[in-house]
Amino acid sequence: MGAALAALMMTTPALAGAADDLKLPREHIDLVAPPFVHPHEQATKAGPKIVEFKLTVQEKEVVIDDAGTKMWAMTYNGSMPGPMMVVHEGDYVELTLVNPETNTMPHNIDLHAATGGLGGGALTHVNPGEQTVLRFKATRPGVFIYHCAPEGMIPWHVVSGMHGTLMVLPRDGLKDGAGKSLHYDKVFYIGENDLYVPKDENGKYKTYDSVGESYSDTMDVMRKLIPTHEVFEGRVGALTGKNALTAKVGETVLIVHSEANSDTRPHLIGGHGDYVWETGKFNNPPERDLETWFVRGGSAGAALYTFREPGVYAYVNHNLIEAVELGATAHIKVEGKWNEDLMKQISPPSPIPPAKIGAADPVAVTR
Amino acid sequence: MLLLMKVKTAMLAGALAAPVVAAALAPSPPSPGPVSATLLASTSFTYRAAGDFSRGGRPVEGPLRELRLPTDLRIMKRQVTVAEYGRCVDEGACPRVAVPSGAQDVPVVGVSWHDASAYAAWISHKTGITYRLPTDEEWTFAAAEKARDEALPLVDPADPAQAWIARYEAESSRERPSATTPQPGGTFGTNSKGLDDLAGNVWEWTDSCFVRTSLDEKKETVTNVNCGVRIVEGAHRTYMTDFIRDPKSGGCAQGVPPTNLGFRLVVEPSWSVIASTVRGIAKLLRGT
Repeated sequence: MGAALAALMMTTPALAGAADDLKLPREHIDLVAPPFVHPHEQATKAGPKIVEFKLTVQEKEVVIDDAGTKMWAMTYNGSMPGPMMVVHEGDYVELTLVNPETNTMPHNIDLHAATGGLGGGALTHVNPGEQTVLRFKATRPGVFIYHCAPEGMIPWHVVSGMHGTLMVLPRDGLKDGAGKSLHYDKVFYIGENDLYVPKDENGKYKTYDSVGESYSDTMDVMRKLIPTHEVFEGRVGALTGKNALTAKVGETVLIVHSEANSDTRPHLIGGHGDYVWETGKFNNPPERDLETWFVRGGSAGAALYTFREPGVYAYVNHNLIEAVELGATAHIKVEGKWNEDLMKQISPPSPIPPAKIGAADPVAVTR
Repeated sequence: MLLLMKVKTAMLAGALAAPVVAAALAPSPPSPGPVSATLLASTSFTYRAAGDFSRGGRPVEGPLRELRLPTDLRIMKRQVTVAEYGRCVDEGACPRVAVPSGAQDVPVVGVSWHDASAYAAWISHKTGITYRLPTDEEWTFAAAEKARDEALPLVDPADPAQAWIARYEAESSRERPSATTPQPGGTFGTNSKGLDDLAGNVWEWTDSCFVRTSLDEKKETVTNVNCGVRIVEGAHRTYMTDFIRDPKSGGCAQGVPPTNLGFRLVVEPSWSVIASTVRGIAKLLRGT
């Protein structure tokens, strides 16, 4: 049977994975690196199609902070997180997973949006020098993570960077709880990652000649559950300064936030979540006007927000120790005209005026 | 007023005599060894006033001034090293700080303003020469071409976000020093005044306090002085809470943090002890 299958595949080498049993139109999408997302329709009148994506696994050494700390990352398409794939409910995702010969380890992919086969993990084990094609139907609208899940080494591959997000949009687009359509001008795709980099006896971060050599020490740090870095897009400061995200007053952004391992609590300092799908699944009505939302480890959430005031916004994991000390901070530079109705500095910092005689002593009142 | 003039004259006379007096009073080097200090002749220099300034309740840049120190400045050629600071620690006069690399001949960093001040007091006691942290004006004068004026472009004062974004972009565009750990003295070059490693990868404590000043047509009014926050100088000027040893950027802040906090000291000319006494008396007299 196996030989027969192999022979059959040999006869159609150019069409590997191009199963035409569905008789549906096909679309091939070139993925883009986070925090950006490939062009897509927010709602579609077209019928279901087969959407082709390709993810290539890259094992590589990366720098994860401004001090130059290095770690061996495992990635989909070279980025942490892996790129976001966007389809519509009812579409078929046809994913080619490539593990180039230059890698050292077997990899696979478990897509939380997929049904059966360990999310695809059971059918996609590829050794270096192999590739595989998996097709699954996107039956549930929402943002879902995907991650590597090789037997015995799942958490290590995940916290080394092998995770990403698939967004399945309702065919008629996003809605508020009352059925009104919601739109966004752009998507900010934030992939949060807890990192566990081993240190030497002097407290300096260690480096390794290969990903394999880093395994045992890294596992020791991981088992203590305290990350050395908590980052967006694979590096402390990846989305700040010259790489800060940008928007304009009046623009609406969909912030998709994934964390494949530990819990996080996104918060936009100076803004809100106008509509938030905290659990990331679009068949549930979005919550309104949130201050902070909770993204469970192993899931993605989505928040829609229209900027009303210009300035620099910090988008953080509101475990502020993780945000400020460990790195889970992004900045959004918003251009536009200041709205004094929303905020105005009535009196800049200046000396406290002397107390008026006869005025109530506030201390006395609280006593 | 007349008295004040007299004090100024006294200071001027002191300034002229200062180098000679300082040299004459310097005792033979005791155990901590001589500190290599360079004497800089006082000349005029451009100085951007430090602190927060406002005009009509709106933030503005500090005024740019032509200054001249009242006297020549004797300042350490290099930052205080791990080894030098270590002797103060060994004698129990300075708090022990972490020395990650173990190198002894590099600037001591990870020190707070209090640590730096403790060192200045200790070495003054050991040598009989009065050392202290420089003022921000003194540091800027000594740094000469290495001092950075980061004045921002004028923006619509009615729109706080514009100034905010401009500052963010200025901070984001700062270059990061290539070496992150302290380097041996001289690594970052010598400036036109013969001093080493100014504005390298170490930021230096000054003794100047954070001030808030309001400007109007005729006068400047200092509305607040916070000496819990001191001015720190290096590749850029910043303000630092005095007990911080290892600042970071992160959260809402952006750009290169003054990661390595160290210091160099100036020698207080002995005449100025007299001068400050005179100033103190003058103040007392004015107070009455």
